[in-house]
Amino acid sequence: MDVDALLLSRLQFAFTIAFHIIFPSFTIGLASYLAVLEGLWLGTRNEVFKTLYLFWLKIFAISFGMGVVTGVVLSYELGANWSVFSRVSAPVIGPLFAFEVLTAFFLEASFLGIMLFGWKKVGPGLHFTATVLVAVGTLISAFWIISANSWMQHPAGFSILPNGDLIATDWFKVVFSPSFPARFAHMTLAAYLTTALVIGAASAWRLLKAGDEAESRMSLRMAIGMFAIVAPLQLLVGDISGKSVEQLQPAKLAAIEAFWDTRTEQPFHIAAWPDRELAGNRWEISIPKLGSLITGGSADAEIRGLKSFEPRDRPPVAVVFWAFRVMVGLGIAMIILGLWGAWLCWKSAPERSRPYLMAAVAMGPAGFVAVIAGWVVAEVGRQPWVIYGVLRTEDAASPLLAGQVSLSLLGFLIVYAIIFSVGVLYILRLIAEGPVAGSHELVDEDRAPGTPLAAMPEDPG
Amino acid sequence: MSLDLPLIWAGIIATAVLFYVMLDGFDLGVGILFPFATEAERDVMIDSIAPVWDGNETWLVLGGGGLFAAFPKAYAVIMPALYGPIMLMLLGLVMRGVAFEFRARGRVRGRAFWTAAFAGGSITAAVAQGFVLGGFIQGVTLRDEAFAGGPWDWLTPYTVLVVAGIVAGYALLGATWLVWRTETELHGKARRWAWIAGPLVAVLLAAVSLATLLVHPRIAVRWGFTGETFDPAAFLPLAPIPLLGLVGLVVVAVGLRRRSHGWPFAGALLVFLSGYAGLAAGFFPNIVPYGMTFRQAANAENALAFMLWVTALVLPAILAYSVWVYWVFRGKVTADAGYH
Repeated sequence: MDVDALLLSRLQFAFTIAFHIIFPSFTIGLASYLAVLEGLWLGTRNEVFKTLYLFWLKIFAISFGMGVVTGVVLSYELGANWSVFSRVSAPVIGPLFAFEVLTAFFLEASFLGIMLFGWKKVGPGLHFTATVLVAVGTLISAFWIISANSWMQHPAGFSILPNGDLIATDWFKVVFSPSFPARFAHMTLAAYLTTALVIGAASAWRLLKAGDEAESRMSLRMAIGMFAIVAPLQLLVGDISGKSVEQLQPAKLAAIEAFWDTRTEQPFHIAAWPDRELAGNRWEISIPKLGSLITGGSADAEIRGLKSFEPRDRPPVAVVFWAFRVMVGLGIAMIILGLWGAWLCWKSAPERSRPYLMAAVAMGPAGFVAVIAGWVVAEVGRQPWVIYGVLRTEDAASPLLAGQVSLSLLGFLIVYAIIFSVGVLYILRLIAEGPVAGSHELVDEDRAPGTPLAAMPEDPG
Repeated sequence: MSLDLPLIWAGIIATAVLFYVMLDGFDLGVGILFPFATEAERDVMIDSIAPVWDGNETWLVLGGGGLFAAFPKAYAVIMPALYGPIMLMLLGLVMRGVAFEFRARGRVRGRAFWTAAFAGGSITAAVAQGFVLGGFIQGVTLRDEAFAGGPWDWLTPYTVLVVAGIVAGYALLGATWLVWRTETELHGKARRWAWIAGPLVAVLLAAVSLATLLVHPRIAVRWGFTGETFDPAAFLPLAPIPLLGLVGLVVVAVGLRRRSHGWPFAGALLVFLSGYAGLAAGFFPNIVPYGMTFRQAANAENALAFMLWVTALVLPAILAYSVWVYWVFRGKVTADAGYH
């Protein structure tokens, strides 16, 4: 195996999957939000919900399309760049990928057509059903992907045949591997939070720029509700997920906390510069004993350090350490945003507090950053393994040449840079125009071009 | 229970790829024809496929994901062997996939760019798929069940000929689709495109068939051409396949001449079905030509069985709602389709 080709394949996969994860983590939440909005509109006939639905539907269409095309890439990259991984893992997790396509991808793709273009072709009940099915599809999709990834984190329900092939022995244990339930909950809540932060930021931006607007007031309150409930819940679920890391992947936990020595009374490092060459931290700001308390439940708990692993079995430490701190830091900021917003809703009204609106705008991208940071913790923390304890990343790649992979990587860098900048521009443009501008457009389309109605002046307002 | 699981799965994957080629074939074809239309016609062309393209492309994901899950050894060889065209195809599909939405959101320059990206991405994807197919027919160099060839194996005069055939074939599917689904001037234009693409497909199909027999003696033997001699006993059972292709071409031509709206598209689908069956007859039971059969490449029996249970439950539902979505958007494209 060409060493440069391996590195380039890793870069390409990390880039394309980090890019991809941005869109599902937004559209999983947005699909559920759209289902709630349409349900509320059908239930209450309050036009605010319909306007919001049609507005966020446009943003959903843009981001969902980007999620689909970048997801298709991954289903081929697995074989193209990681053929050994594919061959080794397929007897156990191959079916999970097939189920993702069969139970989720088709559902989303087919009913998305109804959702976007069927507004006047099917009745409201059927249209609502299509929206719900797309939302359910996004969750099923996350279920299978997180299930497959959790199995790579902690393989279970399989054995190794004499010829070295893997074979599944218990499908239930494969699908529900030990870390899966907590990780699936963690990912779903992360998606909901990410979406709520974007909706909150968009609403706050409109309230700052365009003044009072019923739609934006409503969507800001809905977003605050999500921050206040989901952000603290996420802290809890994240802690459960972290506890499973301690038992299942002690090397990852040691990297997250930059523990080098195995000892009781581990200090908690608020900040540090871990150095693998040195096998220690170059500098650190720490709170004594707190590390053992957080990770082991008591200051006397003995927690394994990285030195108890062979150097070749240690994950990169600094990246994992800092990614974890970025994720948790943003999570705490989200909790504060939720509690502050809830307090404002109870006291007076959040739209009257300029500082709050500005904070909500600033926190708009926080969910994406936290999701990518969390993904870095999970995936880089698993290194040097691609299937933990079974297959090393360095043994998993395809027989490719560095030249080939640099060309494809260059292609992805250019194409993704274009579609990302343009996609974000179009979404921001829609957000700046606001939900009400969108609903006028739809009225325009009700009039066939060339009919007398089309020549009539616009309604004022 | 004694189900022949590898055989069933070979059938499922082959059907998924066939569905992909036929369905995404016509919407890629619409993109290939984009440069020849006016801006207003392009809006109608894109509206005619916007509600269904995503579902169409999902068959490609099932083809790839299904190959991984059912025939991992083949997946692990074919993808690295055809790395260049596979990556090119993915990049093309990314550009054209986002163009559906971006084109509607762009203003003047943005719109022009995404119009070009939709056409360019569609053509790139079609060309890349031609190289994948051509490289596949040529055969893949194997050692110890792993790819052992060079990075440019897929680029030969033969594969270039296959590329031309695929691009013309998709253009024919796209043109006949538009004949079926559009009205007025665009309908007339699509008819002319089909008149140009149809004969091109006929010539290229014949050329690719001939080249395949000449370049690949192993396939020629299947069809009864053994060196100097011709063995009708081998050819006759396969004769319905080229006959089906001829019938398809006649249906396209007669349909166009009689100003039928639906028949030319049906004829174009028959041509693709015939070409696909012809290839399958040349390869079977190889899944990686010419060194790995589908039995050698198959996943563990228990994995295939597990997947079959779920597939048996879900696939009928997928087919039912896919047909239903096409039914909802049946008929000529009208201006009130969009939500933009």
